[in-house]
Amino acid sequence: MRTDGDAARCRRLLLVAATALVLAGCSGGSYTWGWHVVSPLTDQGQSNIAFLTGGLWQTIAVSLLAICLSIPLGLLVALPGFARNPWLRLVNRAYVETIRSIPILPLMLWVYYGLPVLTGLNFDPFTAGVLTLVISDSAFEAEIFRGGLQSIEKGQHEAADSLGLGAFDKLWYVILPQAIRRILPPLGNQFVYVLKMSSLLSVIGVFELTKKANELVVTLYRPLEIYSFLILEYFVLVVIVSAGVRWLERRLAADQRMARR
Amino acid sequence: MAQPIIRLEGVAKFFGTFQALKDVDLEVALGERMVVCGPSGSGKSTLIRCINRLEEHDAGRITVDGTELDDDTRHIAKIRAEIGMVFQQFNLFPHLTVLRNLTLAPMRTRGLGRKEAEELARHYLARVRIPEQADKYPAQLSGGQQQRVAIARSLCMRPKIMLFDEPTSALDPEMIKEVLDVMVELAKEGMTMIVVTHEMGFAREVADSMVFMDEGLIVEKAPPARFFAAPASERARLFLGRILAH
Repeated sequence: MRTDGDAARCRRLLLVAATALVLAGCSGGSYTWGWHVVSPLTDQGQSNIAFLTGGLWQTIAVSLLAICLSIPLGLLVALPGFARNPWLRLVNRAYVETIRSIPILPLMLWVYYGLPVLTGLNFDPFTAGVLTLVISDSAFEAEIFRGGLQSIEKGQHEAADSLGLGAFDKLWYVILPQAIRRILPPLGNQFVYVLKMSSLLSVIGVFELTKKANELVVTLYRPLEIYSFLILEYFVLVVIVSAGVRWLERRLAADQRMARR
Repeated sequence: MAQPIIRLEGVAKFFGTFQALKDVDLEVALGERMVVCGPSGSGKSTLIRCINRLEEHDAGRITVDGTELDDDTRHIAKIRAEIGMVFQQFNLFPHLTVLRNLTLAPMRTRGLGRKEAEELARHYLARVRIPEQADKYPAQLSGGQQQRVAIARSLCMRPKIMLFDEPTSALDPEMIKEVLDVMVELAKEGMTMIVVTHEMGFAREVADSMVFMDEGLIVEKAPPARFFAAPASERARLFLGRILAH
């Protein structure tokens, strides 16, 4: 059954790609395509591809770091939202509302150019970029965690309480594992989002995929072909992330076997 | 009777403007098996949920084994450690195996090693007669089996008192007996129990005392023989007439 689904998905993808190619071929009849600049069949194409994909590790490192750091930060921001103390709840709301309202690019410019003026600390572009993504992403993840934690039935809390489990043990062993299973799909969405937003780091000079593409466009002046290739690179990365999240969902679901009664 | 292990004095509880408990006085002796009955909404569940702080009482005093239940979290922890609770909806942890459901609290709060905790868990699983289900997940068990796991989970904490909040109300009829059998056994071993239930057969068999509640008040407290034969209050008579009619 699974292989059927995969085959169908493949066919659909091919259809979309073919349509896009036909459309591209029909329009702009006067344009002379220069796919050779990213063709793996020519020497020049190969070296261009090597140059473009040279940004891959930066993109992956930025995204992975940002995701790994923003998850615990997001959880840390979400928790005071459940406190009895209204001031703690206010801390949660203020952080989420403030950070959520700042577009990533201005935030990044502020962190990279503004924060050193304020604090005297100088960040290299990589650190400033990762920091920006972590801060921005944590606000969204805090909301995802809040929703997930709230969705756990009252009875689970009561069972843990009645067994004498402390607040941390209850969260760590009972509530959080169940919440994470439920929030994996939106969390996966957020991973994809972070991966795509890492392209903004090109603006402050991190040599990730987009910056590499920009450089090559300036020297070769083939924006259509090069940016198409760039989009394809992100597409492949996103597909890998999605597959990873699905794998995780299946693994955790199998672990739980909720369906059997 | 022996000295009371649980004492409630003038306990009141509000949910918004609705008063769920009105000036409740109650004493439970060590080893006493008490069955609480009454129409729905009469405050039975709220009563026992106040005893282990799942609900916070708004007035009066609750004392368990010499410790007063107040806002002091150490007092709450001490009292919860002495009281086990079984819920209508079982409330097993669905992401953990049966064995892990049983070992989690003893390992985290009593500092037991995994091996000790698993021995303890298997001992109690055998007592509730499902030793073979240890490695399954809750959703793979029947309702009756799940409730027996829940009872075993509470017993693993070696409580002095067990609270049962309508333990058979969510079960299919053919599974009620297997749960009641386990409870009867527990009662015969001398566990102090407060059981909220409509199972009057169980009450007749094991209860030392019957408590009848209505509209947040304890209307009547009597030994079961007297309570079933000749309830003192009109409301209890009406209630018994309704639930024993068929």
